[in-house]
Amino acid sequence: MIAWALPMAANAQAADQGVIERGAYLARVGDCVACHTAPDGKEYTGGLAIESPFGTIYSSNITPDKQTGIGDYSEEQFARAVRDGVRADGAHLYPAMPYPSYAKTTDADIHALYVYFMHGVEPVNHRPEQTDLNFPFNQRWAIAMWNWLFTEDEVFQPDPNRSDQLNRGAYLVEGLGHCGSCHTPRGFAQQLKGFDASDEDYLAGADLNDWLAPALRGKGESGRGVVDWSEQDIVDLLATGRNAYTAVSGEMTSVVANSTSHLNDQDIHAIAAYLKSIPAHTGQAGGSASKAASPDKSDIAESGTEAKLASARDLSEGERLYLDNCNACHFTDGKGAGHIFPMLDGNSLVNADNPTGLIHTILAGAEMPSTPKAPESVSMPGFAWRLSDQEVADIATFVRGAWSNDAAAVTADQVAEVRKTLPEHSFSVSPGYRSTGRDQQPTSGEQLKGGAPVEDDQ
Amino acid sequence: MASNSTVIRKEPVDAVIVGLGWTGSIMGMELTDAGLNVLALERGNDRTNADFTYPKPADELAYGVRMEMMQRPSQAAITIRRNLNETALPNRYLTSFLPGDGVGGAGVHWTGVLYRATPVELKLKSFADEHFDKGFLPDDMTIQDYGVSYEELEPHYDFFEKVCGISGQAGNINGQLIEGGNPFEGPRANPYPLPPLPGTYNNALFAQATKNLGWHPYPYPSANVSQAWKNPYGMQLGPCNFCGFCSKYGCLNYSKSSPQTCILDALKRRENFAYRTNCEVTRVELDSDGKKATGVTYIDGDGNRVFQPAELVIVASYALNNVRLLLLSGIGKPYDPVANTGVVGRNYSYQMTGSIDMFFDDIEFNPFVAAGANGQVIDDFSPDTFDSARHGFIGGSYIYTAQGSGAPISNTPTPGDAPKWGSGWKKAVKDNYGHSMSMGTTGTNMAYRDCYLSLDPNYRDPNGDPLLRMTLDWHDNDIRMTRFMRERMLEIVRELNPRSHVEGFKNFGDHYDTRHYQSTHNVGGAIMGTDPSTSALNRYLQSWDVHNVFVMGANAFPQNMQHNPTGTVAALTYWSAKAIREQYLKNPGPLMSA
Repeated sequence: MIAWALPMAANAQAADQGVIERGAYLARVGDCVACHTAPDGKEYTGGLAIESPFGTIYSSNITPDKQTGIGDYSEEQFARAVRDGVRADGAHLYPAMPYPSYAKTTDADIHALYVYFMHGVEPVNHRPEQTDLNFPFNQRWAIAMWNWLFTEDEVFQPDPNRSDQLNRGAYLVEGLGHCGSCHTPRGFAQQLKGFDASDEDYLAGADLNDWLAPALRGKGESGRGVVDWSEQDIVDLLATGRNAYTAVSGEMTSVVANSTSHLNDQDIHAIAAYLKSIPAHTGQAGGSASKAASPDKSDIAESGTEAKLASARDLSEGERLYLDNCNACHFTDGKGAGHIFPMLDGNSLVNADNPTGLIHTILAGAEMPSTPKAPESVSMPGFAWRLSDQEVADIATFVRGAWSNDAAAVTADQVAEVRKTLPEHSFSVSPGYRSTGRDQQPTSGEQLKGGAPVEDDQ
Repeated sequence: MASNSTVIRKEPVDAVIVGLGWTGSIMGMELTDAGLNVLALERGNDRTNADFTYPKPADELAYGVRMEMMQRPSQAAITIRRNLNETALPNRYLTSFLPGDGVGGAGVHWTGVLYRATPVELKLKSFADEHFDKGFLPDDMTIQDYGVSYEELEPHYDFFEKVCGISGQAGNINGQLIEGGNPFEGPRANPYPLPPLPGTYNNALFAQATKNLGWHPYPYPSANVSQAWKNPYGMQLGPCNFCGFCSKYGCLNYSKSSPQTCILDALKRRENFAYRTNCEVTRVELDSDGKKATGVTYIDGDGNRVFQPAELVIVASYALNNVRLLLLSGIGKPYDPVANTGVVGRNYSYQMTGSIDMFFDDIEFNPFVAAGANGQVIDDFSPDTFDSARHGFIGGSYIYTAQGSGAPISNTPTPGDAPKWGSGWKKAVKDNYGHSMSMGTTGTNMAYRDCYLSLDPNYRDPNGDPLLRMTLDWHDNDIRMTRFMRERMLEIVRELNPRSHVEGFKNFGDHYDTRHYQSTHNVGGAIMGTDPSTSALNRYLQSWDVHNVFVMGANAFPQNMQHNPTGTVAALTYWSAKAIREQYLKNPGPLMSA
């Protein structure tokens, strides 16, 4: 008996390992780590401060620690938390947790996630900061009412009229991927105005803390953003944070780094195919162009803007500042260079109604995420330390009206408002200027990666 | 050494790499690919692409004048003398050559000209034996073959060109000559990854003049890339915008191939790779019988002496420092030029260069439009492309024009009759700005018995270790070569007919003058070969004496070729890595029998 029982046990363990790996993958799809990890905290120990219209919500410890984490959760309790937003003690979670989307997760996937969080994650005893909202938002029972009014709690049902790939894409986008949390507009009670493609507001683009989360509805003749992009362009952006047109910015940078860049090719293509199957609206957020801009430099006649910049005569202040500060990478044609220097012509962030994201990018710069398929963290410098509010406004106004762009002007006051939100060091002095010089203190730098040799005396 | 009682001992690693520039980064990729746990130790600061974002690098005072990318003489001076009878003195300023410092090494501040060696350059001694009369070469000339052939290196050149996204025009693909490329290059398996850079007006003039003379101009093979490029590691480069801050600068535009733009972000993602900065390796430690390295000792940024055990030691800290580290560690027998014995320090050689600036009245060259490797070149006077014996020398030069830097402080050429200071100089700068075009030669320098590297008997570094001493002077063979090149360039001058020109060529009786920048192509000193009595490394760059020490860099070149070294340094590194992965790791020991 013992002789054959041992291999059986080994098989059972191997099966568990498979489930743990699938759960780990699904946790990537759900991007659990993004919200459940504080900036300097250990993975999944919570404590990230999430700003909401109701106050600051702190994420919880979801390691299997029995005291401070979810170690005592049964699979059923875990499923209720993920899909219904109800804690083991019966209290309602704030919908900063995207349970209205996670509700679509299948039982099999909930099981894999549960096995992963119980057996694939190290328990860490850590009690993060607790959420403490003011009245009336501290009345968690009211969330039940909100849930009743504004959420759907059905597990995803494949549509027999569309392909397996589209069903898979829909499941990932609508469910664990929770793309709608940012890209679907919200109503008066902060509820999402749609949970799948049958809702016309679904993925129609939204303002996220003043940044544009552009429309993801990609089926249409012509328009900016995903409408113009091929399926491969979407795949590239999700896998590498960059494509022939643009690069991710703002919150999406971390989504690509932690979640989408780890998805397998099949899933990422399914997501792209699904997005390309949702009919676009004319004038959807980030997509209101009257004409499309192409990254192909050869087939476009020199536009008025390009000719003006190239001649460099009688320049406006914005044009001059563009040539001095932006032209090195983005060029007179505003087309940049594929996968490395984003195209400004037709760019959704540049043309967003709310210019905050553009202003923030000019002031603070941006950095592409390092991903397995595109490891280089290509960065754009911040200009806060060297350009005044008026100068930034001049550049922003120029690029929003250059080439085929057609967005409204930006004022120095708008720039000043965004500047206030930046950390002090980003504009008080030139950041890291001549950091390669001798003025640094010579201390040993230890740059270690996960499995690399670790020493205890540094 | 490691017996020092205050030594901190680290956890062992499979491989330690000394220096994190081009060769250290390449080895990092190759050895982590092979599954080894790899640690790189870098003497200087960390440097990432974020250190080079616009407009930080475009600061000529910091980087062009104060040389902030370079090794400081206070940390790493070299003592220099011209012959065995002089007492060497340390270089207290950075002048003749500019070794890099920090992560990325000289790969950050290089110009970006990337060449292959020609088949003949790798077997120059065999070529000389076949083509020159016996007794033609001077007795004290000690040139050798590399011990590796062009055919063996071709796949590695090809791969590194893809890593760098080199922009250029092939002249010979699998034996098929291609109009517009260099017809004298070795046969290539593939064209350059990217088309050549667009050129400035000086290029057009040079190309026309050299064609008129029956020669074969082609665009400089450039690591300042012409288009966006994604390399085999997934790393990326963006198109060069001709800002002209290349040589001595980190590129502000992701346009110059460097360890940072081509390798490091990919390497840093690997869980079996780590690196430490501000860690100066002072010894490769050996076991009791001196046959095997046990690891390295370094001094960290806090002044601690640290022992890092490792199964494999890759010395990748630039040619000059590599030789010094071997000498300090007692690996290989030091070269003795009098007895002509020993190998470490042997065959140090340099680069023979010359230049002509031409001044025109009515031509606008727009010198602010520049890129390090923006230029046109001819290889018609390479070691094997003409009968140099008739002119009394072995060797050759490529002749080029370049508009490589528009930096305002240094880019103020004036005609020979202009005053060197004061209002007269200012007027000459103003009158001539934008109206001059420069040409240059980059030429061979043969190896000689009295040109070598050794430890200095008088000067020590802050750790108490002797400095490296360089003994170097020019020999008549090489002077004859550069005088010949001067004649050829004067033919080009006559074609272009400028108002005036200024020339700078060495002449008979001239000595090595360390006051002026000449080249950072310092080569030799720990050369590769097939005979342990005349080379420090075997043909796989493995120490003949200590089998788990491999040494990467131009120190392996037996003499200097006319073509810039980086391409060959990188190809040799991949060649060595292949031998380590396919042979050494399976059966650690000498890869060639002595």
